[in-house]
Amino acid sequence: MMNSKPSWQVLLALVLCTIAMATMPMLASEATAPMSNGTTTLVIGLIALSGVASFAMFSGLASAAVLFVGAHGAAWLLISGISGNEGTARMPYFLLLAAAWLLAWRCVAVLSAIRPVSKQVRTFLRLLIPAIFGAWILIIWEAVTRGAGVPFILLPPPSAIAARIGNSLPILLADVRQTIFKAVLFGYIVGCASGFIVAILADRVPFLRRGLLPIGNMVSALPIIGVAPIMVIWFGFEWQSKAAVVIIMTFFPMLVNTVAGLTASGHMERDLMRTYASNYWQTLFKLRLPATAPFIFNALKINSTLALIGAIVAEFFGTPIVGMGFRISTEIGRMNVDMVWAEIAVAALAGSVFYGVVALIERATTFWHPSVRGGRA
Amino acid sequence: MLMTVNQATATSVGSAVVEARKLGLTFQTNDGPVRALSDVNLTINKGEFVSFIGPSGCGKTTFLRVIADLEQPTEGTISINGMTPEQARQARAYGYVFQAAALFPWRTIESNVGLPLEIIGLSKAEQQERIKRTMDLVNLTGFEKKYPWQLSGGMQQRASIARALAFDADLLLMDEPFGALDEIVRDHLNEQLLRLWRQTNKTICFVTHSIPEAVYLSTRIVVMSPRPGRVTDVIESTLPTERPLDIRESPEFLAIAARVRDGLRAGHSYED
Amino acid sequence: MDRLRDRVFPVIAILLVIVAAWYAFAVYMNAPFQRDLDRRAGLTPGTVEFIGKTLSQPKPTMPAPHQVAQNFFENTFLRKVTSARSLVYHSWVTLSSTLLGFTFGTALGILIAVGIVHVIALDRSLMPWIIASQTIPILAVAPMIIVVLAAIGITGLIPKALISTYLSFFPVAVGMVKGLRSPDLMHLDLMHTYNASASQTFWKLRVPASVPFLFASMKVAVAASLVGAIVGELPTGAVAGIGAKLLAGSYYSQTIEMWAALVAGSVVAALLVVLVGFVGRVVERSMGGRPA
Repeated sequence: MMNSKPSWQVLLALVLCTIAMATMPMLASEATAPMSNGTTTLVIGLIALSGVASFAMFSGLASAAVLFVGAHGAAWLLISGISGNEGTARMPYFLLLAAAWLLAWRCVAVLSAIRPVSKQVRTFLRLLIPAIFGAWILIIWEAVTRGAGVPFILLPPPSAIAARIGNSLPILLADVRQTIFKAVLFGYIVGCASGFIVAILADRVPFLRRGLLPIGNMVSALPIIGVAPIMVIWFGFEWQSKAAVVIIMTFFPMLVNTVAGLTASGHMERDLMRTYASNYWQTLFKLRLPATAPFIFNALKINSTLALIGAIVAEFFGTPIVGMGFRISTEIGRMNVDMVWAEIAVAALAGSVFYGVVALIERATTFWHPSVRGGRA
Repeated sequence: MLMTVNQATATSVGSAVVEARKLGLTFQTNDGPVRALSDVNLTINKGEFVSFIGPSGCGKTTFLRVIADLEQPTEGTISINGMTPEQARQARAYGYVFQAAALFPWRTIESNVGLPLEIIGLSKAEQQERIKRTMDLVNLTGFEKKYPWQLSGGMQQRASIARALAFDADLLLMDEPFGALDEIVRDHLNEQLLRLWRQTNKTICFVTHSIPEAVYLSTRIVVMSPRPGRVTDVIESTLPTERPLDIRESPEFLAIAARVRDGLRAGHSYED
Repeated sequence: MDRLRDRVFPVIAILLVIVAAWYAFAVYMNAPFQRDLDRRAGLTPGTVEFIGKTLSQPKPTMPAPHQVAQNFFENTFLRKVTSARSLVYHSWVTLSSTLLGFTFGTALGILIAVGIVHVIALDRSLMPWIIASQTIPILAVAPMIIVVLAAIGITGLIPKALISTYLSFFPVAVGMVKGLRSPDLMHLDLMHTYNASASQTFWKLRVPASVPFLFASMKVAVAASLVGAIVGELPTGAVAGIGAKLLAGSYYSQTIEMWAALVAGSVVAALLVVLVGFVGRVVERSMGGRPA
């Protein structure tokens, strides 16, 4: 079995442990609360034991479980050991961190190689593997920024950002309300709807289509975001100017995608409708719009991200004293980097949720499309 | 021979359903004009089952599409039930079955079958009644709520036949409907189609490139040849209306098949 | 001839309609201010004279097309390219960080894609994050990157290029993974029957198959790079670049300058996308691709 063979990640981790032992202690002598020998031994022991034990396991799952416990236990000990001693970590600390990370890598590799039969396990693994990866980005970020004492304004540790989110919920909520529930939603709906309507018009009038499509295709490559300062001059500092930017940014992707989608229904299907002497609107509603749905949803998904970007960047050009873009640009001016990170985390969350909602609606309405049901055409 | 055919189908043969006179169609392509049809004279009577057979490019599908008003002829005249193809289409005078099932993947089987009924604007109750009847006719009862992709290829094609039958047009145009299916399924569907034809007494125009299929199904076989697309032979079938599958081993069947094959070959030698 | 009638003419017609609408809109937008001016000066101009005035204000709410065109022309062709007022100079500043970032971003994207296609652990752990990151407004981090790097003494080209790298990396990685996976099973099976090694399959099958995908995603990436560079010029009050020009314009309400800068940015974007498309076509053709 492949997982019973020694892997290079684990072997390297063991080597790192050895070097770490030779170059002890982990923290510089000025550390106020130095780690006990017990903790140090525990970290090394956890890494070494779980690494060796992973060779002995017969099933991949057991091996991965051992590695998982070893890697995360060691990481936990390292991070909790550094609190109070920020900036005093020496080489062995980072070597052990690297060793723990190698174990986690091995764990992910073993998990990726497993081909579970049951569907639930497969879904679980599909979520667990990227979750471990994401967790390790945070672990390394936390351990390195605190261990090496990276200046706060350069990169605050995730724990500080989380604390800031917790402390500033009312401000963050007000910003979300201003930026997302006013500017983004309004602009998104109006922009997508008008793009859709113009696309139908362009479909009805071939001349319009031939003229608009090349222009629309070109405009989607342009830095439209540059209209933001102009919109601020026109519509003032309130959310209307941001909504205007969002409308302009979301209009063209919707136009181009819908027009492309409307020509996508098959010849045979259109001939079929013709044999029924079906009129334009019947063909549109019964055949062409349903066939266009995947394209429309594609535009809706692209636009969900564009809308957020448009509103946030437009706020860099001037806002009332609330809004996500406003917060980012003013707090960075005051060097409150943790608040900026908090706002970015909220923006990321909002973006994923927005996208996720659109994707869920897509799954529900275009269930028939091969890309959704995972089959062939 | 002609007499026996006419007697065999005497009960159903009536007035002309399709009547083509000196019909021609020239496509303008980038490589110059292509004569897809040339000087086609043909009368198809009510209740006939006419197959069109020939190599690709012989215009058999084009002829069907002209009947359906999907292509416009450039020469000659054609009438369907005494109307122009355009009028016939407006009057929903025919059902059309394509090479692929062309079912809408976002509709269930029953609502696919009901699609033409919705477009014609029948009442909900009437739609339900007709859907049920035609689904029965093609043996798809029990699959009403399924989506097309959940069905086999043969069942999908049966559903598309049901859709063509749903609004009860007298004329059924079928363009290689079983071409993409394997032979076992095809035999089965051929049998069912014959049964359906006898039950409903419809006129069927059937395009195929399979000689056994054409001979097995038809009362008349139109042999066509390419460049330019034209009719080279019209063969009346002497087979009885009642046709079990093993009729295909009978000498009579083989004789007709041989004649069709000769006709096809003649069309080719003419070209070379 | 048909091409001219079917393709070029409709586009020109629509563009003319847009220009006409722009003029009408400019009159409408500038009229209130002009009316105000005239009232204070005690003037009662005729309609034609009034419209002429609305289209020639020095700081109009909505500049007329000819004002923008004139400004663009003057600042592009009539000034020395080293002048701080030259749009060529500002475009070059933005373009250089765009190109630097785009180059790094593309290289990084390709590298990651190769890793994802060959290392299953990367595919399972990293790929979901790359896809998810497309849903978040990453452009929001631009000001922070600029300011934080400035705090440790890195300014100028590099921080902007970093944002461009970041923005162009994602589309290339995603497109390239799709491209490297695009060979169908039959072709992969064929390589398998030859007992081809992974690297042979990679170079002889996966790479050629991925080329169209690469260039399609590079078009998206280069546009994103430019947006990244422009936005990167906003937060610190950078002195040069198209973004800086936009920001300065918005401070002093120099609307004509802003529009001209916007036009310059659009020209740069169009040139970049066309260039990438052209290179893509040449490469595809040299690899035996069917001309579209």
